[in-house]
Amino acid sequence: MEFQAVLMAAGGGSRMTDLTYNTPKAMLPVGNKPLMWYPLNLLERVGFEEVIVITTKEVQKMMSADPKIKQDVKMKLEVVCIQEDGDMGTADALRHIQPKIKTDILVVSCDLITDAALHEVVDLFRAHNATLAMLMSKAHEFTETVPGQKGKKKTAEQRDFVGVDESGKRLLFMANEADLEEGLSIRKSILRKHPRVHIKTGLVDAHLYCLKKSVVDFLTDNKSISSIRGELVPYLVRKQFSKTINGQKTKDDVEDQNQKKSDSKLHISSRDEPLLQLAQERSCWNDHRGDMSEAYHGGKLRCYVHIMDQGLCYRVNTLAAYIEANRLAPKLFEEPVVHPSAVTSERCQIGSDSIIGASCQVAEKTSIKRSTIGNSTTVKEKVKVTNSIIMHGVTIEEGCNIQGSVICSNAIIGRGADLKYCLVGNGQRIESIAVFQLKECVSVFVLN
Amino acid sequence: MLADGPEKTGDIERIKNEGKELTKEEKQRLRKEKKQQKKNKEKKDEKAPLESEKEKKPASSSPASQATAQPPTQKASSGVPAPAPVPVAASEAPSPVDKPAKSKAELKAERRARQEAERASKQSKKGEVGQQAAPSKAKAPPSELQPVVKRLPEHIQVDNPEVLKKLAKKLERQQIPLRSDYGYKVSLFSHLHQYSRKAPLTQQLSIPSSVIHPAIVQLGLQYSQGIVAGSNARSVALLHAFKQIIRDYTTPPNEELSRDLVNKLKPYISFLNQCRPLSASMGNAIKYIKKEISNIPSQCKEEEAKSKLQDCIDCYINEKIILAAKAIAKYAIEKISDGDVILVYGCSSLVNHILCEAFEKNRKFRVIVVDSRPRLEGREALRRLVQRGISCTYVLISAVSYILPEVSKVFLGAHALLANGYVMSRVGTSQIALVAKAFNVPVLVCCETYKFCERVQTDSFVSNELDDPDDLIVTRKGKTHLEHWQDVSSLGLLNLVYDVTPPDFVDLVITDLGMIPCTSVPVVLRVKNVDQ
Repeated sequence: MEFQAVLMAAGGGSRMTDLTYNTPKAMLPVGNKPLMWYPLNLLERVGFEEVIVITTKEVQKMMSADPKIKQDVKMKLEVVCIQEDGDMGTADALRHIQPKIKTDILVVSCDLITDAALHEVVDLFRAHNATLAMLMSKAHEFTETVPGQKGKKKTAEQRDFVGVDESGKRLLFMANEADLEEGLSIRKSILRKHPRVHIKTGLVDAHLYCLKKSVVDFLTDNKSISSIRGELVPYLVRKQFSKTINGQKTKDDVEDQNQKKSDSKLHISSRDEPLLQLAQERSCWNDHRGDMSEAYHGGKLRCYVHIMDQGLCYRVNTLAAYIEANRLAPKLFEEPVVHPSAVTSERCQIGSDSIIGASCQVAEKTSIKRSTIGNSTTVKEKVKVTNSIIMHGVTIEEGCNIQGSVICSNAIIGRGADLKYCLVGNGQRIESIAVFQLKECVSVFVLN
Repeated sequence: MLADGPEKTGDIERIKNEGKELTKEEKQRLRKEKKQQKKNKEKKDEKAPLESEKEKKPASSSPASQATAQPPTQKASSGVPAPAPVPVAASEAPSPVDKPAKSKAELKAERRARQEAERASKQSKKGEVGQQAAPSKAKAPPSELQPVVKRLPEHIQVDNPEVLKKLAKKLERQQIPLRSDYGYKVSLFSHLHQYSRKAPLTQQLSIPSSVIHPAIVQLGLQYSQGIVAGSNARSVALLHAFKQIIRDYTTPPNEELSRDLVNKLKPYISFLNQCRPLSASMGNAIKYIKKEISNIPSQCKEEEAKSKLQDCIDCYINEKIILAAKAIAKYAIEKISDGDVILVYGCSSLVNHILCEAFEKNRKFRVIVVDSRPRLEGREALRRLVQRGISCTYVLISAVSYILPEVSKVFLGAHALLANGYVMSRVGTSQIALVAKAFNVPVLVCCETYKFCERVQTDSFVSNELDDPDDLIVTRKGKTHLEHWQDVSSLGLLNLVYDVTPPDFVDLVITDLGMIPCTSVPVVLRVKNVDQ
């Protein structure tokens, strides 16, 4: 077997607590499908037959109840539950499942929605015998107004600085703005080997990593690393250019010894290393030119990145991303606007960029434009829904006007309510003739 | 007709030598197929007008292809220019057209009638073969009665849709995706595959490749992207991958390792062929491995057999590549004297090894590295030599005639040595050899014996490799003139990889068996076959 797929679905969605305080992030509906369905579908399309899903007990329960996952996903899902409250980072989770890992792994995050050609990432991993290969994409501006946010500009996210070589494939440098105190400093050893470095900031990390098995073994020895993206990836990128420890005298020799052990774990040489060496020596190929070193500068640890410039790639970890994803995700799949089991009356207007979920009831004289209506929702007469996301089991009474809002599951919107750019939390109830604008209604309101 | 006789036998000899070796099993198969051919002749009659149109191939392959399709066409070869080995490239296009399609059916009918008569006469007069081929050797009569069946390899019949269909079926059976050709192919080379590097074969494979062993997928990728390039490197990488396959192999129940493992290797080899056509050295390595696998006794335990095979592979690499390089270096160093100016072309691992060894042995010489686009492999050779401390000069191939007056010897590497003494090597080698001959500079070719192959080729058109045409596109000063070459209907980009050098331009071949003239290659092959 070449790869084992690992889906990280235990994340809490800390950047969109309004949506996730009741529903775990992995099961948030996007285009009426649970969020984790998208990466599972991606893995299934490229040909995986088994996936190890790392998640919490709550998500596991919801997964087994969800029809989409049960029926559509043909792969074998091996669910590994971890503690919900424990501070388990993604790398900790990998350490937890280390006994199950027998080959190189492909780690995917549950909040990734993309139509990328995965073979581009995997080909880099295979062809260059890399230790790490990841996927990144050019970031797109979010155009929709986000409920609950005053003002147009959202707070500037911490930027990521990604340095690649001339070909745009080899990952040389990766740092987050938060970790840089005075400025961006690049080691001389990197510049000596790669005099031309392209530093990019507007990239979205898709959190899709191909890792060698030796990295997972390395994690079991180094318990200090707890997050893949935050710690492991920058560590690997840095290690590409660290000097080999042969004959280096430092003050602390013992520390050196430990370093040596951990390093040797990272690049476990294959059993026929001399043969591979011979093949590389005899081959008339070099990945760079202009200096006297051999291919890859003799380095055994290599990290590669594939940067997508076209196509969809979203990580649904903020409210803005969630809304954008709901807008665009349905376009990935050819599906009918109105679910066959939904009951819609004749005099309602349903735009073509809307989706009506299963078992819905839409009464007459309603207008639904650019919106997503979840399963088992009831929409009564004379309701106008524009640019909104209505989740499952919501009841919208007559005469409501909902614009640019997100209504979470099982909420009830009373008669005549007028909501603009609002976020109604799970199971909330908006009393009749309430008017809300640009606010968030997450807690219980008592009106009248 | 009589005059045709000796010409025909020359034909037959050449045709017999073309293509695969004729081992005993092959000969048996040939005999069976000859009988089949007779039965199928009726069916082929109907297709005769169709096939004659399809046979608009380069002249040197047309006699061979005629032999495949209608074996007795040798008699009717009057329509074709003299099947002499000299490639008449210019007349290739017009000559097939000259062949009148209508006379095929007539000639066939004539031939059949003649054959019946001959058979009857042969039966009545035993031992007396009363045809015009009588003076020729015994090989001619069998060809009259039983046509010589020659199967052309698939990879040089790409413009024949039947062959393509067969290939597609075979790949489907082996569950390997078919790689589609890319771009407009220059008409002289339309019978060869041309792939694009931007459309790798892995696009159509599932990502955790289950059908094809991951080591082979990795190898195929490395071949198609050029990461593993060069005859020796490719063979070593291939054998390394085979070692991994053997290590991961388990004999299924009710199967024998010796037979099942060979069958397992077949789809992998097809896959690698799709990624990049196999080299002659790889072909020989595969033959060796298959022989070793089939020779495993059935009572041998699996673990033992596997370790034995891995030892065989190690042994093969050690003997044929590493030790051979040492032996060749030893012989070659005798030929390098102090004060020499040596010209090398491209990046041959063997020639680089020789030069480095000579430098270690304190010979004083300098090197001129000749390079050519689009591969520019000379840069890598230059780096390796300069790193050792050898003083080098670097020129492009267009400057070869200017630099040759300074040169005292030319060392060339080879991709394969063909059975008629021709040297198949990187495109440009024959150019260098020609100019060197004109300047009376000795040309020495260095080649290990495992690269000798039984193929016979006299020109670079029949069998070659077409690389990605987009490699020829270059951006200078921000402008890429050839960017939209596909839109210009009359423009074709040709990126050849190999060419053949005739033996008259090569003065010496240095092999691990010693220093032999180019014409002794068939002797070496014969000795090798006898050994095996």
